[in-house]
Amino acid sequence: MSANLIPILWDATMQTLYMVAISAILGTLGGLPLGVFLACSQRGELLSAPWVNKVLGLVVNATRSVPFIILVVAIIPFTRAVVGTSIGTNAAIVPLTLAAVPFIARLVENAIREVDQGLIEAARAMGATPFQIIRKVLIPEALPGITLGLTLAVVSLIGYSAMVGAVGGQGLGDLGIRYGYQRFMPEVMAAVVVILIVLVQLVQSLGEWIAARVDRRAPRNRGA
Amino acid sequence: MTGTAQGAAISFQGVGKAYPKAGGQVTALADVTLSVPTGSITGIIGRSGAGKSTLLRMVNGLERPTEGRVIVAGHDVGAARGGALRAIRRDVGMIFQHFNLLASRTVRGNVALPLEVAGTPRAQIRARVDQLIEQVGLGPLADRYPAELSGGQKQRVGIARALATGPKVLLSDEATSALDPETTQTVLDLLAQINRDLGLTVLLITHEMAVLRDIASHMAVIEAGRIVESGATYDIFARPQHATTRRFLSGVTGATLPAFVAARLQAEPPGDQVIRVTFAGAHATDPMLARLATDLGISANILGGTIEEIGTKPFGNLLISVPHDRGDQARAFLETHGLTTEVLGHVR
Repeated sequence: MSANLIPILWDATMQTLYMVAISAILGTLGGLPLGVFLACSQRGELLSAPWVNKVLGLVVNATRSVPFIILVVAIIPFTRAVVGTSIGTNAAIVPLTLAAVPFIARLVENAIREVDQGLIEAARAMGATPFQIIRKVLIPEALPGITLGLTLAVVSLIGYSAMVGAVGGQGLGDLGIRYGYQRFMPEVMAAVVVILIVLVQLVQSLGEWIAARVDRRAPRNRGA
Repeated sequence: MTGTAQGAAISFQGVGKAYPKAGGQVTALADVTLSVPTGSITGIIGRSGAGKSTLLRMVNGLERPTEGRVIVAGHDVGAARGGALRAIRRDVGMIFQHFNLLASRTVRGNVALPLEVAGTPRAQIRARVDQLIEQVGLGPLADRYPAELSGGQKQRVGIARALATGPKVLLSDEATSALDPETTQTVLDLLAQINRDLGLTVLLITHEMAVLRDIASHMAVIEAGRIVESGATYDIFARPQHATTRRFLSGVTGATLPAFVAARLQAEPPGDQVIRVTFAGAHATDPMLARLATDLGISANILGGTIEEIGTKPFGNLLISVPHDRGDQARAFLETHGLTTEVLGHVR
């Protein structure tokens, strides 16, 4: 590989990291409360609102049903309204975030539902408000599951980010297509794939490490 | 335990609970009227599904009655909503069969939770939590997580947590059912001690008569959503009135028949009559069997028995057999001397 490809690869990696990081943060900001609400708003639950729950559930499912590449194109007018342009890395963050929110919401919802009902009952018996139960019981107890869910979401976002080349989103996937495929430079394609594999590995390992740190459900060797 | 609310920490007044169900409704509780004396340890015993858990959970409003009222420290719990209900709940501690501790918090963090919920200032929480942890004997384990504790230790954390906000009433939902017999004893001792030291009213539910024998001053028996018998534990042990009560008692008072007798037991004569004799109070130590022999010339054959203490009073249970033609005479004699008898059958 010629030396002048290194800066291009470096830039593409940074663009991917930037898109994934910002959309993961925004996706979490939206998906975490949405997931908590989905888990808590079913009939008879803490914030019982069955109709709102059903409608939100439908919206989440609808968003998740749309293939990502179609979502990217379909929301171009919205993207333009939000960031002022439909081309470039910042524009790519809009569909990435829009895909991340419902995905993260479902993962958070599942993690929250795994929390033992007995803990909710104990907290209610203490006189806790629904908000206190969510903040002091549900989220801390679901944290290992939420962490693993977010890890999964980030890995998926790395994959999605490769598709936003379609709207000039740049990043590694775009580089692979333009150089590796269209300019017949298989070594660029190989380098892109290797970098993506390493990124996914790093994210997965980091996520699992954090999840293990916050998981106190099994005894741990003291001082080890 | 009567229906009046005087001196009662908790009073159930004509309480019923029905759940809607396809094509009708299911009655979980019906016409429950029961007073839990202030400062007592009162136990409700029943099989699973009898409604005891529903009844207990009405005291802190986790369940609402569909009929009647539940009065706790002067408040109608069933009618309370929102902030008023949460205020009542802070005056009612609760412990659970499966402890329900937060895995993500240490012992200290778990005990602190109800204080955080109540909005207690941080500095006060720290001092109060340390004191509570000492009180239940977990001082060295304050920074451990629940996963690192034994069942008995977890329940001690549960008790400390339940006491954190200084409640007047402690509810125990099968708190020892997941523990081994030895640990059960230490947890029951702790509950009895807390009841003595803090003057706290304890209402517990269980399916084990031994739990009531060991710590409950008052008890009630629940069957299919109704209270079938209630009163002082000692009186009920000595003179059970209802068949359900007797069934619960037979497992605990050492009054089970030895296997070789049980196998040959028949409802009708011929054979010797098998009689269960219950000794209570002052009579528990009288040499009644000796007098049966000297006064009536009836020699009783002892098949089994025990003497134990309920509260601080002796309580005995003896299984004897006498020739069946002398059975009625023997029982009449024992009953005139204040003992309770019951014919179990005949053996050849």
